[in-house]
Amino acid sequence: MSENTPLIRLDHIGKEFYGNRVLSDISFDINAGEIIGLVGENGAGKSTLLNILFGMPVISSTGGHEGSIYIDGKYVNFTSPNQALAYGIGMVHQEFSLIPGFTATENILLNREVLNGSSMSYVFSDRVSTLNREAMNERASAAIHTLGVNINPDMAVSEMPVGYKQFIEIAREIDRKNTRLLFLDEPTAVLAESEAEILIAALKKLARSGIAIVFISHRLSEVKELCHRILVLRDGRLITDRNAEELTMRQIASFMVGRESERREVPQEAVQQEEAPDETQTLDGTSAPSVKKKKKKIRPALKVEHLWVDMPGETVRDVSFEVMKGEIFGIGGLAGHGKLGIPNGIMGLYPSGGKVRLFGKTLTLNKPRAALGRKMAFVSEDRRGVGLLLDEPLDWNITFTAMQTQGRFLLGIPYIFQIRNEYAMRKEAQKYIDRLSIKCTGPQQHAGELSGGNQQKVCLAKAFVLRPDILLICEPTRGIDIGAKTLVLDTIREYNKEHGTTIIITSSELEELRSVCNRVAIVDSGRIAGILPASSPAEDFGMLMTGQAANNNEDEEEVKESA
Amino acid sequence: MIRKLFDIIANNAVPAVFILISAFAIPLSGYSASYLIQELLTRIGRNSFLILSLLIPIMAGMGLNFGMVLGAMAGQIGLLFICDWGIVGIPGMVLACLIGTPIAVVLGIFCGHVLNRAKGREMVTSYILGFFINGVYQMVVLYLMGWIIPITNPALLLSRGYGVRNAVSLLSIRGILDNLIPTVITGTQGAGQFLNVQGGNAFILLQMPFLDGTIRIPLATLIVIGLFCVFIVWFRRTKLGQDMRAIGQSQAVADSAGIPVNRTRIIAIVISTVLACYGQIIYLQNMGTLNTYNSHDQAGMFSIAALLIGGASVSRASIANVFAGVILFHLMFIVAPVAGKNLIGDAQIGEYFRVFVSYGVIAIALVLHAWRRNREREAARRSLRGNRGGE
Repeated sequence: MSENTPLIRLDHIGKEFYGNRVLSDISFDINAGEIIGLVGENGAGKSTLLNILFGMPVISSTGGHEGSIYIDGKYVNFTSPNQALAYGIGMVHQEFSLIPGFTATENILLNREVLNGSSMSYVFSDRVSTLNREAMNERASAAIHTLGVNINPDMAVSEMPVGYKQFIEIAREIDRKNTRLLFLDEPTAVLAESEAEILIAALKKLARSGIAIVFISHRLSEVKELCHRILVLRDGRLITDRNAEELTMRQIASFMVGRESERREVPQEAVQQEEAPDETQTLDGTSAPSVKKKKKKIRPALKVEHLWVDMPGETVRDVSFEVMKGEIFGIGGLAGHGKLGIPNGIMGLYPSGGKVRLFGKTLTLNKPRAALGRKMAFVSEDRRGVGLLLDEPLDWNITFTAMQTQGRFLLGIPYIFQIRNEYAMRKEAQKYIDRLSIKCTGPQQHAGELSGGNQQKVCLAKAFVLRPDILLICEPTRGIDIGAKTLVLDTIREYNKEHGTTIIITSSELEELRSVCNRVAIVDSGRIAGILPASSPAEDFGMLMTGQAANNNEDEEEVKESA
Repeated sequence: MIRKLFDIIANNAVPAVFILISAFAIPLSGYSASYLIQELLTRIGRNSFLILSLLIPIMAGMGLNFGMVLGAMAGQIGLLFICDWGIVGIPGMVLACLIGTPIAVVLGIFCGHVLNRAKGREMVTSYILGFFINGVYQMVVLYLMGWIIPITNPALLLSRGYGVRNAVSLLSIRGILDNLIPTVITGTQGAGQFLNVQGGNAFILLQMPFLDGTIRIPLATLIVIGLFCVFIVWFRRTKLGQDMRAIGQSQAVADSAGIPVNRTRIIAIVISTVLACYGQIIYLQNMGTLNTYNSHDQAGMFSIAALLIGGASVSRASIANVFAGVILFHLMFIVAPVAGKNLIGDAQIGEYFRVFVSYGVIAIALVLHAWRRNREREAARRSLRGNRGGE
């Protein structure tokens, strides 16, 4: 931590993607041997910042970035990751970039193998020289040893426990002799607690040897324990840059989710009138004593017990919760932690297990048809892929699921001969086009020609046509503009009020959930971190997202000293 | 446990079935041991090189290189030229290789570029590419040769003055490599002596009293094949081989580590194509006739079938698989017709078997591959979840 020239200096970095500002005015320094914690919600700009520092082609191909980067006081502008590597910037990605069939040694030295000299290499290239396995093993062991762990360098990566893989990734970066700045993107996400501790110790050791580390994590306790300085990004801005000791976890969480006092008044009447049981039945079995027991007679509409879902990138590990009849229930959390996996798993779109009860009766999992048959409807987050038949007209899109699963909009004798009832289809479609004010030329227009917001309304209409008892909606406002957002959310709220339908909304926008829902569950690492009434302060949700599940609820004082 | 057992069976089902069929068919055929060994040795010499040429693309994760027929065509063009020029013997073979090499390299580069544009669908692409290049080859051989490309030997040309005849005799190089070092195994005389076989002296390598005849060994061919095996073993240890293995397992990871993925894949296909060119020349010197328009056709199909029967899969193949495959595949071809005749009274059953089995085995291998890949993907997903949640 010398005070002369910093290892790397970022000066007013900004970035726009097609007029969409994702980063603005980011300036900070990193000194040798320093550990920086970089914290922020999804979409806060972390990955864009990393892409800029690492010279990813996405940046240069979209017009470069604003501001300048100095390494050792020298101006640099990377246009490819190889240039960044040459300057000693290393990166450990969130998903493992290891070759499963290779041993630890082969992975650590991938494309940097030690070669035996060979006369052939003068004729062709170095690539025809044979590998010097012994020297390779030595170097790999040395790198592993620096981390303070004990891994057999001859072990194949595919046979390793997950925690080891992370160490192999880091060892790979250490082995690069000139590595001076190491970025770790959510390195502890896949680790067990004990493994995370070893990793943190290893990183501290590494920093003492002079390597600067940028540690990106949503687990605030780890960030606080490990890092010297903490940077919080939100909406593309650097919110805070302070020494770790000066910040409490609660502060960090509130910096992260932010927007404390804005529009907090919207739907509270809806919440109250819904005789919602608030946080009576919550949680993944850890705590939550029932606070008010007076309204005992409310049946849960949906009861989920120990659900797991193998949805790639959104793995759900063990989730239990209850949703009351007529409630709007929100599921939030950071991307990749499994919130999308929950509705997708319940609807049977991905392999899943556990127990799901609908009005007391068990639901057959892994069969979308069974879920639809029990009057559940689903609006997928993948609007263009799963949600719509893009090359078909709107009336087809709107009535398609009802036709397939409920046999409506058909003429003729079931099982023998049936044809579509085009007239009824068109009428129904027109009804929803009017009700939801979908902007289109008519029921015959193809779904692919509509704007994102209107496509979303078509998806909702398609679900409404099913007259569901329970409606699961994923990311209702993803990729649509602000005006359309409020329209979509209003539509959902109105539908709930009109029909008393139980609605479960999954969204990565916490504010949106807090404005529509009665209760919001926060998912962290495939588990429910906690369920709070929507009126709870934003930083409580922030704490849940950042792995501080133990101290939720109103006991504000206790939060302070959890470090 | 059960899953593991199941895996072992699934991995070796194909070779096991073939061993079983052969075990029944050998006694039924009534062939003597020396006849069987002779036939097998001949076929090992004839086919192994072609099959070995498939190994490197498998290593690079490009699947079974159906595009090896491109190399076979290049080799045949080389052979046509030496026939025209009347160059015989080993110099003729070497010259054919020299002519075939640049053609194979060009075709291989072309094939590699195409396959880089069809990542994940290499096999079907290279298969269809084989048909396409076959059309080009036919145009060259049928129309251009003797017209633009100078071919003058009337024994090669169609009577109309251009285009090559369907059957071209390769007597000038027939068996030239096989018999370069005349060697026999015999049951009659002692080892270490010379025996007069077909007008020449052959060295008796071994004496095996239980044999009822002499077995001629294509020693030089086997040496060439052995050298090729050494080459592959060495190649696996080079940086290039390591890169190919890396690419074969994960292109994305290899790419992010800075390995030039596309270039390496092209190199893999070029090596395979050139080796297939040599393989086809060795194959045809053993056969002694070149079916100008058909010889290459089956080269790919039968080589791939043999490799799969040897226990290889689309993503994993070893030298042992090659030899196990040649022996099992051809053993069945040798015994099945006679066994069929003795059993049912119809020799056609053997030919039927040959084709049915080849295509059947390839189909099974492809289905198994897809099935296994799905299961691996599922297992990977499950492992992401950790140990929670049963199953």
